[in-house]
Amino acid sequence: MHVSIVVHMTSSSSFDSAAAQGIVSRHSGAKGGLLPALHEIQATFGHVPRAALSLLAKGFNITEAEAYGVATFYHDFKLDGPRGKHVLKLCRAEACQAVGADAIAAYVKRKLNIDWGGTTTDGEWTLEPVFCLGLCACGPSAMIDNDVHGILDERAVDRLVAR
Amino acid sequence: MKKIRARLPKDAAALALGAERVADALRKAAAKQGIELDLVRTGSRGMIWLEPLLEIETDKGWQAFGPLAPEDADAVLGGTSDKVLGNIEDHPWLKRQTRLIFARCGTIDPTDPNACSFAGLKRAREIGPAAILDEVTKSGLRGRGGAGFPAGIKWKGAADAQAPQKYIVCNADEGDSGTFADRMLMEGDPFLLIEGMAIAALATGATKGYIYIRSEYPHAIAAMQRAVAMFPDFEIEIRAGAGSYVCGEETALLESLEGKRGQVRAKPPLPVHHGLFGAPTVINNVLTFASVPAILEHGAAFYAGLGMGRSRGTMPIQLAGDVKHGGLFETAFGLTLGEIVNDIGGGTWSGRPVRAVQVGGPLGAYFPPALFDTPFDYEAFAARDGLLGHGGVVIFNDTVDMAAQARFAMEFCAIESCGKCTPCRIGAVRGQEVVDKIIRGQNVNANLILLRDLCDTMKSGSLCALGGFVPYPVLSALNHFPQDFAR
Repeated sequence: MHVSIVVHMTSSSSFDSAAAQGIVSRHSGAKGGLLPALHEIQATFGHVPRAALSLLAKGFNITEAEAYGVATFYHDFKLDGPRGKHVLKLCRAEACQAVGADAIAAYVKRKLNIDWGGTTTDGEWTLEPVFCLGLCACGPSAMIDNDVHGILDERAVDRLVAR
Repeated sequence: MKKIRARLPKDAAALALGAERVADALRKAAAKQGIELDLVRTGSRGMIWLEPLLEIETDKGWQAFGPLAPEDADAVLGGTSDKVLGNIEDHPWLKRQTRLIFARCGTIDPTDPNACSFAGLKRAREIGPAAILDEVTKSGLRGRGGAGFPAGIKWKGAADAQAPQKYIVCNADEGDSGTFADRMLMEGDPFLLIEGMAIAALATGATKGYIYIRSEYPHAIAAMQRAVAMFPDFEIEIRAGAGSYVCGEETALLESLEGKRGQVRAKPPLPVHHGLFGAPTVINNVLTFASVPAILEHGAAFYAGLGMGRSRGTMPIQLAGDVKHGGLFETAFGLTLGEIVNDIGGGTWSGRPVRAVQVGGPLGAYFPPALFDTPFDYEAFAARDGLLGHGGVVIFNDTVDMAAQARFAMEFCAIESCGKCTPCRIGAVRGQEVVDKIIRGQNVNANLILLRDLCDTMKSGSLCALGGFVPYPVLSALNHFPQDFAR
């Protein structure tokens, strides 16, 4: 399901305007530099703060609406924050479905008590669907931050989220 | 001190199955046993069910062990492990293959350009642009991303275009479920892709390349970044996607590279005339570029001698889902689907009977065992209302609910639609609703007619293959598994 993205102003304490401006300046000279800039903003702040969109718009000489339009087109960029300390991406695509991904997803949701896109109350985990990690011969698969995991069962999930 | 040379994959699938823990355990066991361990981290051989797969050089030649767990390390180095598989090159699963693209993958250190001969590029430099185009055209190579367009014709279009700047763009946005060949190649033999792109640049006069890699592949991105930095002859920039499936469509990918929403462009103009930043652009899939060095090295006639009909050369078939021997199997076109699923794949991992096989990703048709005589060939699949796509084969056992799969196809299309054309943007949402009604048993016959009508509209009216091909999984589920829709 498409989860509509709600825009929250981030608390100003978590947003370092000078750092964001530095990222914008590093990429605004490169052809097509908006996506690399958005990636770096998201990696730095954990999401894309609204204030960063304004800086991006100025730096790339586009309207804020255009910057917003680009950021919200892509599943990777999240305008709302803060998100969990770790992002757990569970594959929902066909090859993983064929080996029980739906049941694993239901188990993870029950265990963490969140739905897709949700963050646990302790701020530890955000759960996201992903459509294929290229681990289709060893599903069900998942990625936690940048670490990959295959042949997931309930015991493996218990181990992963207990860390 | 006894010295042992060994190879262990650092491929993402091997990592997902614990290769890093195995590597740590091997180093500890080596220290304990007084062995100097020279552990080269390679790509994967593609036998994913045997990962983590270790190869050790012994006085009997290379010996493979797998699938390994950390607790196997002592026995493996001590020579007493019962997980020994012999020389992996003699394994029938590897022996049956014709490996051109994946010839080196799993055997070399992907961070070492000296492990690569660049023989194709050397010959390309000797024979010049016109002869390169001639070789690629005569080889019969077709785009491996799914559309199957002849690569030589595409390249000639860009070569003939007059412009001060031309680009080579590699589509590494491998979003189809059930496919991982691009990922495996980029992680295991990145210089082969670079070599293919450099040959394309020579042939067309392009001076800059981009590789657009999906963000779901952080290991491939890192491997390619490392490799392009070590290749001074052709400037290539690595760009990460941002989780959009439709950016695997070539014009959406170009928009995304330009820093825009990944919306599909109307064609014409074709990218070879008006591509990235308006310049003539060759955009091909990873496997297309990676096929070219072998064509240049061994000649067009050698390559065209493999395959069947108008499908020439080799295709890395990727076996996934509920499959006993999952992995990557590169072979000439022409094996039947049944041979692929049963002989090579070994049937299901679960032991349950095979009920459906989806070929070609989320936009590919579901085939029942009754159609297992279909040969792996672009035209043969098209004749049976299917497609090869990027060569992914996903096996489902008898517990699959095909109405749920049809619903998922529409759901996926709704999530990933770029929104530019109405049949896809609205059709996918309505399609999902109609399948839901059928699943609930609501007005089933009328809704089945409506669903077919909607598929017809999406197929004929969509701007690109996302909306245009989603009828393949939906209609194949309906046609071959009607009982799953009878509520």
